[in-house]
Formats: sequence, structure tokens, C-alpha cells
Amino acid sequence: MDLRFTDEEVAFRDEVRTFFKENLPRAIREKLKEGRHTSKDELVQWTRILNKKGWAVSHWPKEYGGTGWTPVQQYIFLDELQQAPAPSPLPFGVSMVGPVIYTFGSDAQKKQVLPRIANLDDWWCQGFSEPGAGSDLASLKTTAKRDGDHYVINGQKTWTTLAQYADWIFVLARTDMAAAKRQEGISFILVDMKTPGITVRPIVTIDGGAEVNEVFFDAVRVSLENRVGEENRGWDYAKFLLGNERVGIARVGVSKERLRRIRELASATMDHGRPLIELPRFREKLAAVEVELKALEMTQLRVVAAEAKRAKGKPDPASSILKIKGSEIQQATTELLMEVVGPYALPYRQEHEEEEGWNEPPIGPDWASTIAPTYFNTRKVSIYGGSNEIQKNIIAKAILGL
Amino acid sequence: MDFDFTEEQRLLKESVDRFISDRYDFEQRKTFAKSEAGYSSDNWKQFADLGLLAIPFAEEHGGFGGGPIETMIVMEAFGRGLVLEPYFATVILGGGLLRHGASDAQKSEFIPKIASGDMRLAFAHGERQSRYDLADVETRAKKSGSGYVLEGEKSLVLNGDSADALVVSARLSGGQRDRSGIGLFLIDANAKGVSPRGYPTQDGLRAAEISLAAVEVPSDRVIGEDALPIIERVVDEAIAALAAEAVGAMTEMHALTVEYLKTRKQFGVTIGSFQALQHRAVDMFVALEQARSMAMFATMTSAADDPEVRRRAISAAKVQVGRSAKIVGQGAIQLHGGVGMTMELKVGHYFKRASMIDVLFGDADHHLAKLAEAGSLAA
Repeated sequence: MDLRFTDEEVAFRDEVRTFFKENLPRAIREKLKEGRHTSKDELVQWTRILNKKGWAVSHWPKEYGGTGWTPVQQYIFLDELQQAPAPSPLPFGVSMVGPVIYTFGSDAQKKQVLPRIANLDDWWCQGFSEPGAGSDLASLKTTAKRDGDHYVINGQKTWTTLAQYADWIFVLARTDMAAAKRQEGISFILVDMKTPGITVRPIVTIDGGAEVNEVFFDAVRVSLENRVGEENRGWDYAKFLLGNERVGIARVGVSKERLRRIRELASATMDHGRPLIELPRFREKLAAVEVELKALEMTQLRVVAAEAKRAKGKPDPASSILKIKGSEIQQATTELLMEVVGPYALPYRQEHEEEEGWNEPPIGPDWASTIAPTYFNTRKVSIYGGSNEIQKNIIAKAILGL
Repeated sequence: MDFDFTEEQRLLKESVDRFISDRYDFEQRKTFAKSEAGYSSDNWKQFADLGLLAIPFAEEHGGFGGGPIETMIVMEAFGRGLVLEPYFATVILGGGLLRHGASDAQKSEFIPKIASGDMRLAFAHGERQSRYDLADVETRAKKSGSGYVLEGEKSLVLNGDSADALVVSARLSGGQRDRSGIGLFLIDANAKGVSPRGYPTQDGLRAAEISLAAVEVPSDRVIGEDALPIIERVVDEAIAALAAEAVGAMTEMHALTVEYLKTRKQFGVTIGSFQALQHRAVDMFVALEQARSMAMFATMTSAADDPEVRRRAISAAKVQVGRSAKIVGQGAIQLHGGVGMTMELKVGHYFKRASMIDVLFGDADHHLAKLAEAGSLAA
């Protein structure tokens, strides 16, 4: 047992850190630090910088453009990326549909889709959840009926993140209406967002932003060739995808970076004539979150070390812990930021004013306006990717055997 | 970066685990507890034979040259077995003070005795007023000829009533809470002027209040003359060891609880089929794994020479372990229901031990305050 990285791992970390320092555009870095959203163009720009270096799809198999790094190297890369802070590559392509395609897709799909994901030539979004199918995903109602060499898709998807930018969507749709079990009879289909019959409608969330959408399918015709893998096996592919989704979900690096920022802002914020950071009650709250985060980091390292020894592609059920704790800690950091900003949480700015800059003088500290929206928005992290309650069901069943 | 044991460590773990499962079940433990010392001298001999008493000492002094990881392996197993023997008092506390403070001559004299099981130690440091402040020492050491005379009252001395020798802290100079001027002295437990008053503790172990009335110490039994840094270092190591012990106890509590959920039936079904109980069992599991992670972190950092790095890691671990012990321990009793309240079941005994570990050497809140004062934990 040894916590220290090997010399090679230290050299690797330095290489990654230096690369981010030299190549991450300053504007993007500042935006992330301040809790603002990066634009589509900025994410494309950053992804292409990573892709040029060969790091955009680092965890993919080498033959599809991956790096061949060890799990420890992957961990270091992600940790450095999150702490830079740099944007994570768009997960819907890189972590979701990409691995499904290189594992279950046709050669044509691999050739056509994978390189365009790596370069963010295609922006992907995820068509899973429906108004009546959230945690109970298998109750989805969207249908894809065969009509010659096409499917005709009808139905509605929801919570579709960044669909407003998307070129493509991967959809779970029912292809066998008479299947004995709900999980059977579902297929995994790739759909061009420009296909006639698709309507995207934004959902405004409590932070005032509109990163999620409803996507409506009205007799959308898609070639049978756009189905991934076998017909009616889509549920298996979806489970595979959701298993991958938990990897890296702890976002330890993001929380580390945020704790640093809390310290910085709390040092510059006065309370009763002295910096807030000097208040013992505040310091204890901050220390409590740091302890939780250190424990989570160690738990993550244990999972990474175990992963290095296990058969590839099988997510550790213990990664459910990472989701639960990681989301709780992210939320705790946003609560601390609320405490730091205090009454200047109040003034509200439209999202486009955040994105495009604001000409008027700031109200309160110039960093204040994103704090409350971030607090509101971060409630999502214990809901998406399988809510924390669902994660507890998974642990109860898969680990405790209850 | 790895979490693997070496071949030797794996063998050590096997042999300690085997000892606990073969010779330390709940019924056997009850018999051990009934003896006068509160534990089995036979087991103590076994520990010596297995080499456990020699683990952290240097080979040149008759030890095995083990480190914090070996200690963690032993303490975690002892936590699972709720071991009564004074391993912590003798090897971790007393032995630690000798390792870090004693001269070569002293080490060569005493460590072989510890390793062979012939010298059980206790650390007489705490006093009625000192609570968790390691610098708070009123007991006085006055120069007398070439040696010293000790005068004072020591409190909550773990296994102080059955030890063969005591390591006593006493003030050579300075005020009651000064960081400098604290000496360490090794005295025979039956030396003239030493009066221990032994008593059981809540967790089935024992401690003593010890009066020191004009206790004479020859000069070759002085372990250190400005010894607070040594005491702090040993307490840091001790907290890492206790964290491992607590993880062992929590692991068992959680396993017993999950087993109970799978067998206990109410409303015609096993109670583990109820989601409210499943989620509480999961909360316990998460708390346990977070504590395990921090016990490992403490173990791997406890040997760090930079006291600041060490102290923060240790405090962080104590916070996590204390908080986790509440979640796991209280949850274990609650999910067992009425039978969890009984002395008849082992689960309550684990709960009691884990609760007592929290109040040894600073509880979770104490260490959180320390950490908050020190600044950032982040490297």
C-alpha cells in the first residue's frame, strides 16, 4: 500500500498539467472558475485542441482513437482536467454513444460516427428519459415501427441536455409492442436531428437556464441501418451505457477546485469587520466538506486501483458510492458558496447576459451573480444518471444482497 | 499508487484473521473478560508467539521492522474480534513512546521484553483537567540526586491496572499547559508510591486512575525531557491504529446487520425487503467505506515526518471515523430493533467500542475544530 504516484505517473501528471496550462484558452478557464457555462463554440474549440493532441477520447480503445492509458493515468488526466478547470468532453458522444457504437455497432457506424465524436464534428444528445419514464426507464413509450427499410418514430423524450445544439440524438424506442417483458422489445437508434418531424422545445430550469429540452418525434423516418446492434436488444446497450456513465461521476477534481475558490472568495468577503474565512463556524463547515472529499478521493483511488486488476468494461458496483457521495459533496460546495455570497445572491441576471457579458456595473461583488443559479442548478446532480435513491437500490441489491 | 499488501503483509493478515476466527468468538471473549486483568494472559502469550508484539519495532532491537500498514492489519482484525488484550496500550502507546523517545540502550533493554510478552505497558498521561489537550500536564517531576521524583494524579490510563510498567508524563518546567518542559519516565507499576485504582470501561476493557506519591525514577529511566513532540507523534500513530480498529468493528456491525435484515421476518417477509431499511443499510455501507478510505489514508500518512501533514491527515481520519461510527453503530442497533439493545448480542458490544474510540484522543468535533484552525486539508 502506497499513496504516492510512481515516477512515471508523476511525470505523466506534469505533462498533462503543463499541456492544460499552455493550451486551455484563458477565457474558457475563467468562465468555468466563475461558474458560467461555456458556449457551444468554446467546447468545440477545446475538444479540437484535445483531439489534436490525441486526448479527446482518452478512455476509448486505441484502435478507435483512445490512448491506451492505465486506469491510474485516466484518473490523473480527469483529475487534472477538472482542477484546471477545463471543460470535460461532451459526455453524450464520448462517454455514452461512442462506447456503445465501438462495442455493438456496425463497421459503417464505427467508421462514420466515432471520428466525428472525437473532433466534436457532431454534437450528440441523449434520447432516453420520457415524461412517464424517469427512474423507471423501461416504461418508455416512444415507438419505432418498421415501414419497409425505415423505422417511423413517434413519441416524446425529455430532459434532453443541450439538444438545442445537437446534430444527432440516440434514441431508445419500442420496436416490439407485444414483447413479454417491458425490457424486451426496445431498440437503440441513431437519429439525425435535421430529420423532418423533430421538434425541440427548451425547458427553463430553476436556475433560469435552459440546458435541457423536450424533443418531440412526429412520424420521423430513419433508415434501419441507423439501429445499433440487434433489434429489441436496446435495453442491454442502454444498461452498458449507464454503467459507463458512473465512471468519473464523483467529480472529485471539480469539487477540489471549487473548495479552493470558496477559500479565495471567503478571504475577500468581510463579515463583522473581518474576513469570513476567519469565522470558526465557517471554517469548520469548510473543513467538514474537505474531510468528506478526501475520503471520497481515497475511495475513488481504491476503485481505480481495483479496476486496474479487473476485467475491462465491468463497472464496479462500488462506483455507486462515488455517485452518491460525489453529488452530495458537489451540492455541499454550492451551499458554502451561498453562505459566502450572502445577500448578494439576490440580483438575477438573464443567462444571455452572463454569456455575452454585461455592460452595466456589477451589483455587489463581480463574482456574485452565478452563485445562486449554480446552487439551484446543482440540485440536479443527485437526480440525473440514476437518482441517489436509485443508486441506493442498486447498492442494496448488488452489494448487500438485499 | 496501489492498495496492495506485500506477500508478508498478506501472510500476517491471514494469521491474525485466523486467530480471531478460531480463538476469539463472542462466547470465548466472555470468558477472557471475566479474568482479573480483564483479558487472557494465554492470548497474550499467543500474540508473542505469533510475533504480533514485535511488529513495529526495529529488527536491531528484536522487533520485526513493521510499519503502519502492519499495525493497521492487526488492529482491524482486533476490531472485528473486539480484542481485550492490552495490545494498544502496550505496543502502540507504550511501545511507540519507546520507539520514538528511548535511547538505544533503553530500547535494547525493554523492547525484547515487550516482544516476548513479559512487559505490558500503559501510558499514564491524561489528568483530570486535561481532556484532549496533550500539553496539559500538572504532574511534577523534581530533580533528586541523579534521578527524579514524580508527584501527581493520572487519569483514564488504559490498562493501567494490569501493566508491568508505566510510561508517565510529568512536568519538569513551565506552567500547566506549556508546550515545553514535559518529560517522559518509565517506572515499574509496583514501584513505591504508585497506587492504581482499576475499573472497567464501557466497552468491556479496563483503565485506571493512578496516584503518584514521591515516586523515584533513576536517571536511566528517563525517556525524554522535552517530549511533547514525541507524545504527539505517538498519539497520531495511535489514532491511525484506532481508526483501523474502528473500521474492523464497523465492518462486523454492518455485516451482522445485513445478515439480520436477510433473516428476520415481519409481516410475512424478511425485513430486508423494505426499502426504508435497505436505504439505511446503504447509508451505513457508504459511511463504512468512507471510514475505511480514511483509515487507509491515516495509515499511509501516519509515518510522515512533517508533523503538519501528519496531523491534518490524522485529524481528518478521526473526524470521518467518528462520524461514520455514529452512522454505522446507531444504524446497526436501530435495524436490529429490540434485540440490538441486549447484552446478549454482539452488535451492541461493537457499538460500545466504536463509541468509546470516538472519545479517545479527541472526538470528531475536536478534530474538526483542529483541522479548521490549521487551514486547508487539500494538498
